[in-house]
Amino acid sequence: MNIANNDDCFRSMLQGQSQLPVSPLMWLNKLRASAVDRVSALKIPTTRDEEWRFTDIAPLTKFLFQPADVVPYPQTANVSRFYLTEASIRLVFIDGVYTSQLSSNLSDLTKNSGVIVSNLSTGIPEYAAMIKPHLGGYVEFGDNIFSALNTAFLHDGALVIVPRDAQVKMPVHLLFITTQAKVVSYPRCLIVTEPNSAVTIFEDYVALQQGTYVNNAVTEITLANNASLNHIRVQRDSHQAFHIGSCAVSLARSSRYQSVNVALGARISRYNLNVLLADTSAEATVDGLTLIAERQLADIHTCIDHAKSNGTSRQLHKCIVGGNARAVFSGKIMVRPDAQHTNSFQSSRNLLLTLKARVDTKPQLEIFADDVKCVHGATVGQLNNEEVFYLKSRGLSDTMARNLLTYAFGAEIIDRIPIASLRCQLEQIVLEQTQGG
Amino acid sequence: MIYQDSETLLEVCGLRANVNNIEILKGIDLVVRSGEVHAIMGTNGSGKSTLAKVLAGHVAYEITSGTVFFKGKNLLNLAPEDRAREGVFLGFQYPIEIPGVANNQFLRLIYNTMRIQHGKDELDPLEFDDFVREKMRLLEINPDFLDRSVNEGFSGGEKKRNEILQMALLSPKLAILDETDSGLDIDALRVVAQGINQLTNRDNATILVTHYQRLLNHIVPDYVHVMDSGRIIRTGDKELALELEAHGYDWIGTEHCAILGT
Ligand SMILES: Nc1ncnc2c1ncn2[C@@H]1O[C@H](COP(=O)(O)OP(=O)(O)OP(=O)(O)O)[C@@H](O)[C@H]1O
Ligand SMILES: [Mg+2]
Repeated sequence: MNIANNDDCFRSMLQGQSQLPVSPLMWLNKLRASAVDRVSALKIPTTRDEEWRFTDIAPLTKFLFQPADVVPYPQTANVSRFYLTEASIRLVFIDGVYTSQLSSNLSDLTKNSGVIVSNLSTGIPEYAAMIKPHLGGYVEFGDNIFSALNTAFLHDGALVIVPRDAQVKMPVHLLFITTQAKVVSYPRCLIVTEPNSAVTIFEDYVALQQGTYVNNAVTEITLANNASLNHIRVQRDSHQAFHIGSCAVSLARSSRYQSVNVALGARISRYNLNVLLADTSAEATVDGLTLIAERQLADIHTCIDHAKSNGTSRQLHKCIVGGNARAVFSGKIMVRPDAQHTNSFQSSRNLLLTLKARVDTKPQLEIFADDVKCVHGATVGQLNNEEVFYLKSRGLSDTMARNLLTYAFGAEIIDRIPIASLRCQLEQIVLEQTQGG
Repeated sequence: MIYQDSETLLEVCGLRANVNNIEILKGIDLVVRSGEVHAIMGTNGSGKSTLAKVLAGHVAYEITSGTVFFKGKNLLNLAPEDRAREGVFLGFQYPIEIPGVANNQFLRLIYNTMRIQHGKDELDPLEFDDFVREKMRLLEINPDFLDRSVNEGFSGGEKKRNEILQMALLSPKLAILDETDSGLDIDALRVVAQGINQLTNRDNATILVTHYQRLLNHIVPDYVHVMDSGRIIRTGDKELALELEAHGYDWIGTEHCAILGT
């Protein structure tokens, strides 16, 4: 493998960057420029890097990906199947480009409720004062070439600002649709919640074709005092695609972050989720489900960082791995010296459906405070034979019994998603996938 | 009830079985005809549950010799699900918890699978709901249990009632109920026993594995077998259970030895 060539490939990805419109905001231009610098300086990670030990990203460099030139406007019928049946606030992006025709009427929403949901590129100049302290402030791109690339291309994206005391009942659906092969998109989300507010965000990556493309996504979320946020992230990209995502969440005092992330798609996917309990009495729930088969690789790295006292975190991540697929879960729990009375529970549970399926799970605790309660554990296994026998003794065939148990294993996570129609969609996908393999 | 002209349902002959290369069943002979109730008693570890699971087809047990025929078919050649479909039902001593599978979904699935097997139409969720609620009412099971995961977090007695509910749905030819009475309070025992009695008729048979006479007060056995170290060492009528209740198993052990002349 020739490292220099791979890095060239990444620098060639920067080509389109100079065509981005220059922003009237100096700080934004500076942010992008420093990201461009980092892309030029950084090397593409290899399996020799500890953070990328299990995931060889080199196949991505074998193709040339460019941001989409012409973005087709898809038939509504083709995309409406991804819509939630519940009333929702929707932002749609086609190959990375905001598409107002498919999105909700956002100006009415802001007029009526004060809740700001907008395309980032138009929202930045309008709400610059509210955005500047946060944008690029949580996802570090200094040593991450993917986040740096995303920031270099920062343009269209999702902006959600929930004002003080607002309780947004409808879920906000951020729908990123890829319609073309060979393109790279840089989805970007910024979610800002003000004190005592509550909102549900559904970040959704889908494809209208099964080609090879790249989604390189960055999401930043900040919760003010006593704010509450449900964050559901579903990655159902094409099975030929590459998906690299980073999300950073910062929690202020007594705020609550509840998240479920689901990885179903992509040939190779990587998701970094960093949750910082920056002030006291914050609560984070970080659940996840990886469901992969064939030759898929799905790598999730999470870090839950308890910086202040009386925080609570709970994490259950499950992987169901079939075919020749490989899942990676690396979950770090950090408890800093000021984080006394932290209560943290982490569990990684993994189900291997075939002999060739593989999972690497690495829960890690780093505790620097003495008065804390932290429990973590990991299990890797096949289906429980006693459970299979129980079902068969009731007349269910071997296949039915195994499918039902596999489905149930995944359903435990899906059941935690607070959007009913999404739960149904995902349960159907799990059912199809477990029956298929 | 013993009937003169009844059909032979189960015929076990010289059955030996190993688990992890340890012999647990050491030559079992047992004949069960339709209409009959058999009780199997015996000390802890004597092999009662092993026999029950071998009959249901658990893969952990290796049959080393002997035969088992059910309605004239070689049962040992059938997979567990096929045995169930032929009408063998095992009520587990320790029912398995299945987190994530809703009880109502599970009950409907096993019921409809059985109906399809018998060439009948499936019940849709609404029809099934009425049907299962009626059965639950008879067994005095709280309908809330439909929405919970199968057996998950159920108390010991609740699990046993859920077993009998499954039996009621599947209407087996041969029900093998492994310590269905243990864990039941006095009222629950009466309710469950009544439920079992309602399900027994001329055409089916029941094997009750139990340690206590109190179940047999409600469900009167036609035969009582005593197991010890992987064998049936004594068979009698319902009086045998009363004698065991009064004198324990030691008494049988010595008598058994006396019969063998040792
Ligand atoms: N998987 C196994 N590995 C080793 N020994 C086993 C296994 N399963 C059963 N046994 C042994 O077989 C013997 C019979 O067990 P079984 O469960 O059939 O007894 P039982 O008569 O049902 O007892 P109880 O009245 O306590 O329910 C016991 O000694 C038990 O330890
Ligand atoms: Mg037993």
